[in-house]
Amino acid sequence: MSISLSPQDWLDFFVHFASLSLLGIGGAITTAPDMHRYLVDERNWLTDATFSSSIALAQSAPGPNVLFVALMGWQVGINAGGGFSAGPSAWGLGLMGVTLSMLGILLPSSVLTYKATKWAHQNRNLTSVRAFKSGMAPIVIGLLVSTGWLLSVAQNDYAKNWKLWLVTIVATLVVTRTSIHLLWLIAAGGLVGATGIL
Amino acid sequence: MSSVIPELSQPKSKTELFVVFTLLALQGFGGVLAVVQQELVDRRKWMTKAQFVEEWSVAQVMPGPNVANLCLMIGGKYFGLPGAMAALLGLLFAPLMIVLALAILFGGVADSPTAQGALKGMGAVSAGLIIATGLKLSTTLPQNPMGMRTAIFFAVVAFVFVGIFRFPLIWALLGLGVVSCYITYRALKQLQTKFDDKSSSEGPRS
Repeated sequence: MSISLSPQDWLDFFVHFASLSLLGIGGAITTAPDMHRYLVDERNWLTDATFSSSIALAQSAPGPNVLFVALMGWQVGINAGGGFSAGPSAWGLGLMGVTLSMLGILLPSSVLTYKATKWAHQNRNLTSVRAFKSGMAPIVIGLLVSTGWLLSVAQNDYAKNWKLWLVTIVATLVVTRTSIHLLWLIAAGGLVGATGIL
Repeated sequence: MSSVIPELSQPKSKTELFVVFTLLALQGFGGVLAVVQQELVDRRKWMTKAQFVEEWSVAQVMPGPNVANLCLMIGGKYFGLPGAMAALLGLLFAPLMIVLALAILFGGVADSPTAQGALKGMGAVSAGLIIATGLKLSTTLPQNPMGMRTAIFFAVVAFVFVGIFRFPLIWALLGLGVVSCYITYRALKQLQTKFDDKSSSEGPRS
């Protein structure tokens, strides 16, 4: 896929991610549908397949899931440079895509979070600040459990995927009852999965 | 319920923050939160579970990637803006290099059945890790100022709304959040008036 981006296009690209930054309450992944609309449907900078594989790759690699945004930036840059095989000029554009997309998605929300946390720390004895922190606690705990639940149990049909349920349940029990290093569990899950029995 | 206050430790330098968050990020497959909780609370003892929940509440409510928010809040707490940047860079830099290398080497995702199977298995485990993190943190609910029963009630309702009925997360955060923060606010006010009454009646008279 070969495309060309003018400086104005790159600016639009940055502004789009920057505007999504403040909308992504609950994580950047919640804004993925809008990224798809913009990058794939509207501007044709990415193919559908590249878009999906960026998300899948970021989720399977170590690190925070927000890196899927960096991969999209990389792919847009590479496409603009005429493909990876076009050499250093395409790689340079790829890195520019990474920088612009990551700065866009992170900068506005980070500035806001940093300022808000600083303010909250200076006013930590205000009843409203304490009420906010303690009041949100049970809700974010409930949400954590639902996130894990939605990732596994709710997504899979029991009759077909009971083995995956079992893996999730065993992992949950092991983590709550022991202090085993989480990396061992992930590795075990990967090994069991690689044998194809799941 | 009285809990022994554990001896807390803290990072000694911005370099240590950078290194710790790099190591955390490299261990986080399918999300970093479970690793952050285990490493910072259980192993390094930089904060208590209750403090972790408070920080996570803010990180979750603010827009932007949650774990990135959490890192910059923790970094900022110890070393201000440079600390926040060190933690955030630690979280992002090494994993970014890895993910780019993977994208270059494999183009799309590896499509072999073995790789797909491994991803499935890792996904199922990481779902369990997130559930377990939630369950571990739920042991802080009895100390919540809104009272244990109310706190558990809100946690369960949040789970049912989002996990079972699939309401968007933001409605649970905003809708339920307003109610639970209000209840907590009233509870804290009541405690304060009680405390003020006591200190004015028992305090030394001049």
